[in-house]
Amino acid sequence: MNRAAILWRIASIGVAAGFIALWQLVANLRLVSPVFLPGPDRAWAALVRGFVSGDLASKLAGTIEHMAYGWLAASIAGVALGTLIGSSRLMRAYVAPTLEFLRPLPVSAIIPVAIALLGLTQGMVLFVIAFGAIWPVLLATIHGLAAVEPRLYEVASALQMSRSAVIAKIALPSALPDILAGMRLSLTVALILSVVCEILAGLDGLGHWVLLSARAFRSADLFAGVILLGATGYFTSIAMSLLEQRLLAWQAASR
Amino acid sequence: MSFARAKPLLLPLALLVTLEAWARLTHLQSDSLAPPSAVLVALAEALADLSIPTATRDTLFATFAGLAIGGAIGLCLGIAFGISRSFDRLMEVTVEAIRPIPSIALLPIALIALGFGYRMEIVIVAFACVWPMLILTRSAVRSIEPRMIEVSRALRLTPLQRITKIVIPAALPRIFIAFRLAAGIALIVAVTVEIAINPIGLGAGIMLAQQALRADLMLAYLLWIGVIGYGLNILLIAAQLRLFGRAAVTGATP
Repeated sequence: MNRAAILWRIASIGVAAGFIALWQLVANLRLVSPVFLPGPDRAWAALVRGFVSGDLASKLAGTIEHMAYGWLAASIAGVALGTLIGSSRLMRAYVAPTLEFLRPLPVSAIIPVAIALLGLTQGMVLFVIAFGAIWPVLLATIHGLAAVEPRLYEVASALQMSRSAVIAKIALPSALPDILAGMRLSLTVALILSVVCEILAGLDGLGHWVLLSARAFRSADLFAGVILLGATGYFTSIAMSLLEQRLLAWQAASR
Repeated sequence: MSFARAKPLLLPLALLVTLEAWARLTHLQSDSLAPPSAVLVALAEALADLSIPTATRDTLFATFAGLAIGGAIGLCLGIAFGISRSFDRLMEVTVEAIRPIPSIALLPIALIALGFGYRMEIVIVAFACVWPMLILTRSAVRSIEPRMIEVSRALRLTPLQRITKIVIPAALPRIFIAFRLAAGIALIVAVTVEIAINPIGLGAGIMLAQQALRADLMLAYLLWIGVIGYGLNILLIAAQLRLFGRAAVTGATP
């Protein structure tokens, strides 16, 4: 970062601080009832209090756990199924249109069906998150495999590589940018579905926490929970960027 | 040739026939599954007694109202950020801090502030629609040929004229792509809010069918929600093709 960029960054943080000050002012002047809108001071105090007592930390851990398991399951299954479908022309012709038809379905609509099948359990939550988060990965893998440079396949057949070697050494690595982009999308989906499932099933997590706080009109706790959810989204997305940079470093170098 | 066209339909048909046969052979009695024929009957009944059409109207109303509000906010901010690099830089931290908040996390706040009903759903849908619109409009405006802006300077257009006569027309194909994306998100968020908490629309309908242990009706709702989602997508793609031609659909994906 050069000097100008750092200065812009500081100015930008200043603007954000200005908005927080405005929020404080609105809360202090009681332009909005404090029942709905706590000032940033009260939200921060609730955040600190929640962490000191350990309540909030365990809820945060619960949400991250749901999200991570569901996302991992979706990523693994998505890449595996996507490879299966994408690497065979026959499968592509028969299966891909059905998947394209299912894609615009709002995935949360599967929640009632999952509740009917599995009850209000951990398993149901995992199923819903994995089912919702699989689509971006699955479709990205299929598209990524379809878009592999044909000359690479010619090289593979000249080298008489086996089918599995072609997939592992050529097709998957060149589809990697698409797959990672899909995984980034499904990370957001996983977080949203975790919150929805926690609200519906009353499982330990931030979704449940914010709903309970809202029901009890503890708006400071509610805002603390929302801030933490925002932070979760922010930091998982940063972690994903770092992962992408690391995994794609070889591609940047070869270009 | 006709066989090639039938290929995509083969898999879903085979699945449906298998499910139907299995349900009939085992005399399925279930709270969670129903034979496809029973689902179709339930769908026809719910369409006839107007419960599904009413719910569809509620859901689509909230979807489009939220889309209009959030889309307009996102569009204005996106154009402003795209035109003025300094404004974009100044707002960067604020945007980065608000954007990662999952839209559904706002649900409890909207609930205590606005109560059940259209308003809270519209607010949440609008929040979700702002971001794709903002980000894609910004990049669309930024990628406008610089000479166009020079032309507008040479013509001494006022800033407002520059936006309405040069910037928006030039960025429109990509703005429409953003709109299509936001519309899909709007429908998903609306249904999700209804399933989670709001007692109106298709989402509430499917939850009610589940709680009444009406597996056939529940799956009928699921099917209908799928049809709505698919239909909206097809409609928007068709509109895009008609308005901007094939190049806009294939070429300018962000």
